[in-house]
Amino acid sequence: MRGIKTMSPTPQDRPQERLVMDTGDIARAVTRIAHEILERNKGVQDLALVGIRTGGVHLAHRLVKRIQEIEAASVPIGELDITLYRDDLSMRKEQPILRKTSVPFDISDKIIVLVDDVLFTGRTIRAAMDGLIDFGRPAEIQLAVLVDRGHRQLPIKATYIGKNIPTSREENIQVLLEEQGEDDRVVILKA
Amino acid sequence: MSLKRKDLLSLAPLSVDEIRLILETADSFKEVSGREIKKVPALRGRTVVNLFFEPSTRTRTSFELAAKRLSADVINFSPSSSSVVKGETLLDTARNIEAMQADIIVLRHPSAGAAEALARGVKSSVINAGDGWHEHPTQGLLDLYTIRERGLSFEGLKVAIVGDVAHSRVARSNIHALAKLGAEVRVVGPPTMIPSGVDKLGARVYYHLDEALRGVQVIMMLRLQLERQGKAMFPTIREYARLYGLTAERVKLADPGAIVMHPGPINRGVEIAPEVADSLSSVILDQVANGVAVRMGILYLMSGAN
Repeated sequence: MRGIKTMSPTPQDRPQERLVMDTGDIARAVTRIAHEILERNKGVQDLALVGIRTGGVHLAHRLVKRIQEIEAASVPIGELDITLYRDDLSMRKEQPILRKTSVPFDISDKIIVLVDDVLFTGRTIRAAMDGLIDFGRPAEIQLAVLVDRGHRQLPIKATYIGKNIPTSREENIQVLLEEQGEDDRVVILKA
Repeated sequence: MSLKRKDLLSLAPLSVDEIRLILETADSFKEVSGREIKKVPALRGRTVVNLFFEPSTRTRTSFELAAKRLSADVINFSPSSSSVVKGETLLDTARNIEAMQADIIVLRHPSAGAAEALARGVKSSVINAGDGWHEHPTQGLLDLYTIRERGLSFEGLKVAIVGDVAHSRVARSNIHALAKLGAEVRVVGPPTMIPSGVDKLGARVYYHLDEALRGVQVIMMLRLQLERQGKAMFPTIREYARLYGLTAERVKLADPGAIVMHPGPINRGVEIAPEVADSLSSVILDQVANGVAVRMGILYLMSGAN
């Protein structure tokens, strides 16, 4: 559904890699999105963040930390594994590894900001919204992504975008984060 | 890592990595069972058939609930209400079920090897839900899950399996899996109920319960199969209960904090004293709850496209 953007290539078979965001760019984008979330929702009242595994979870934690620094208020955070809601599950030969979902608060009547690293076809977000709604009926769902690379296959739009990066379908975008043992960066890989 | 198997027939051939994958996958499904809406769409459009040739409430319900929580369609077959009474063979019954596009067949059968025979004959995935005295792999896995959930690690873990080991498919599945994971497995029961060669599976044999319980972290009681006791395995049930029944006194011989397990249904006052079954060290109902999560994990892992 999302390509293999979170897999990090080993050095020997690393294809051509073009840097599109560095550590500073990512930090500034996170800071701006944190401000935008607070501005749009007029503070942290009823606000909660839910990160989509795996990259989105790390970004959600960074956003919550930033929001805490700005508003001196804490925001609940959840982690969502969308595997069971994928629309291509029945077509796969091997079942993907499941990671844990944890939404340790009641999402009913909350404003939920879904967080992901890359917005591409929109299928992941469709699955995430279905997954989220199994936990309750939020007042509103918003979407924050670090990178929007286009090529939507579903009518889905991000509320907060770190950076728009036009790509061709053949290209592969990777968001590499410190939490995964990489230097923070966003790169385009040419196949 | 994924489960590259068409069928789950026994725990004997599973690798440690495969066992760990199943247990970790079950973690995710435990979370699903704790939700208000206990359902995920993972197996939408798939059909699971429960084919039970022996009476069973727990296992059949557990599989049914697991399949339903994954959004699969479930059909329950039992021999008394099917064409089996008209003399149809197991394989013919299964082929008919398969012709109706069943993806997974869950089989409980009184004959050892029935699941394997079935798996060879059909394209659907087959899950063994107990075949004679052979194995009951999903019970073994849910037992492992329950042990692990209590924070116990398998390496060096001392486990006593108590009772009618010879006629217990649950014991056999557990011995295979626990030995693989590095646990020290003790089996204990009257000599008539200890199968010859069980030591070759990696278990140590005891005939005195008190001795076997000393220092163990897990006490796994087996059900005394009263319906199969026409064969004079022991003089009387009262004598059996006195020699091999688990009492609160005997639990004290085990490690402090040891857990008491039982695959159910329990015979209160025979193999297990009521106060032990209801005590804090008893994880019998956790086993039942975990059974659904573990079976969801297995159904999920085995439902990759054919």
